[in-house]
Amino acid sequence: MPESGPKRRSSRWWYLLLVVQCLAVLWPPLYNRAEPPLAGMPFFYWYQLLWVILGGILTAVVYLVTERSR
Amino acid sequence: MQRVSWVALSVFVALFALVSWLGFVAARWRRGDLDQLHEWGLGGRRFGTVITWFLLGGDLYTAYTFVAVPALAFGAGAVAFFAVPYTIVVYPILFLVFPRIWHVCRKHNYITAADFVRGRFGSRWLALAIAVTGIIATIPYIALQLVGLQVVIGGLGLSGSAGMASYLPLIIAFAILAAFTHTSGLRAPASIAIVKDSLIYLATFAAIIVIPIQLGGFGKIFAAVPASHLLLAPPGAHSTGSYGAYATLALGSAMALLLYPHSMTAILSSSSGRALRRNAALLPTYSLMLGLLVLMGFFAIAAGVASRPEYAAGFKQFHDSFTVPALFLHSFPPWFVGLSFAAVGIGALVPAAIMSIASANLYTRNIYREFMCRNPTDRQEAHMAKWASLVVKCGALLFILFLPTQYAIYLQLLGGIWIIQTLPAVMLGAYTRWFNEHALLLGWAVGMVLGTAMAIGAHLTPTYVLQIAGYSFPAYSAFYTVVLNTLLAVLLTPIFNAMSTRVPVDETAALDYQG
Repeated sequence: MPESGPKRRSSRWWYLLLVVQCLAVLWPPLYNRAEPPLAGMPFFYWYQLLWVILGGILTAVVYLVTERSR
Repeated sequence: MQRVSWVALSVFVALFALVSWLGFVAARWRRGDLDQLHEWGLGGRRFGTVITWFLLGGDLYTAYTFVAVPALAFGAGAVAFFAVPYTIVVYPILFLVFPRIWHVCRKHNYITAADFVRGRFGSRWLALAIAVTGIIATIPYIALQLVGLQVVIGGLGLSGSAGMASYLPLIIAFAILAAFTHTSGLRAPASIAIVKDSLIYLATFAAIIVIPIQLGGFGKIFAAVPASHLLLAPPGAHSTGSYGAYATLALGSAMALLLYPHSMTAILSSSSGRALRRNAALLPTYSLMLGLLVLMGFFAIAAGVASRPEYAAGFKQFHDSFTVPALFLHSFPPWFVGLSFAAVGIGALVPAAIMSIASANLYTRNIYREFMCRNPTDRQEAHMAKWASLVVKCGALLFILFLPTQYAIYLQLLGGIWIIQTLPAVMLGAYTRWFNEHALLLGWAVGMVLGTAMAIGAHLTPTYVLQIAGYSFPAYSAFYTVVLNTLLAVLLTPIFNAMSTRVPVDETAALDYQG
């Protein structure tokens, strides 16, 4: 299915969002601490749980954007 | 012996009876000729977004996961949370790589990863290596599902007496599993996964709300955890310490997970690449559930279940694996305990069924059809797979009955290191034909041997400490070996290509990988 060149190139950059979620959690010095806590949970735990949700949202964004140009 | 709770037992048995019935009637769901391997072994490739969500979720998050991860948190603390970044990294991989694999497998009627490698690289020996690796990595994993089932049966008070009689519930569950897998193939675990996942979500979210209220809030719970276990220990001088171990455990496990035959089977049973991409965004709900499950190890510390006499028998028999059963017995009324234990028990059946089907697919296509019986009829092929699936399950059961559980755990650790060696051929092969098939085979072999050696050198623990020039780099052995494997394949490819005049064989075309 033929597509215009620029349209395909711009959708390639969206895939970087998928890398963002990996980088956020694969560098422990970034989050290995207890402060600031959330509802009694140390930062180490709620930060990673938050990135589960953010990661899902980012993946959904990438899906919606790239699906249009498929 | 753990006291039997008749209410819990009744609920448990009722739910088990329900899923057993479901497993058998599943043969008639989205009807297909189950004498065809792709119908029996891949459900006819008809599972849309929602069913794939239940199937993949039920497949990737196993009974062993529910038992082992909180047990690790209970015993070792923060490091158990690696399961969370692990599952965060899995989904981008699923999103990017596996729709391509799905498309090419659909186009060429490949049932297994080894089928794909055979077609892509034209090498029956590389394909055999992939197939054998898949089978030996899967069998200990099936055995560990049975261990998960055993733990909740123990929590119901049904084991502890000496001799084979204590294994009777396990054998009955296993027999039911074997029977409905035989009749219905992949449709059975797909239908049961709907029940399993619903129960798991129910149990986990109830627990995450009720138990912290009982214990006085998260602040009190985390205060009960020993300080050295609350966070990762900062690395010492000249070492990447626990940081390197944590990150590579997450990354390496993520790279390996989707290479397992049972992951591949569930993925290939999907009805489209789009369903897979959608699930990459939707499946993280299971990761959230898993993250909360890890915290239950801490709930158990705060509740002091290990020191209570009523759970002493369970902890004696199952050690830290008894953490979650003890916590639930302590915190919930018996009917809910029965429901939660059924969730875990059924949580063993779903992946065990898929794992046995996946191993059977590999054996049938890539050993039996490749080397023993060149042109089987559809019926012969499907029948061979059904029996292979039974043999695999029996093997796993015998393993659990006659060998110490610790052996299964060691083999599972090795299995993870082995299966990641298929990454270059399968995942990189989904993008490019550039690699030389002999270079890949050699890279695989070196990775297998070295990985096994590293694991033994580390006394069968996951992390290997690499020492270079006075600096220590503890990391997951699987991670080191897959990097080495890939580098070797990259270096050897131009050399082997130069030595050979053979034209690269590839029965796939670039467009086959796109939707």
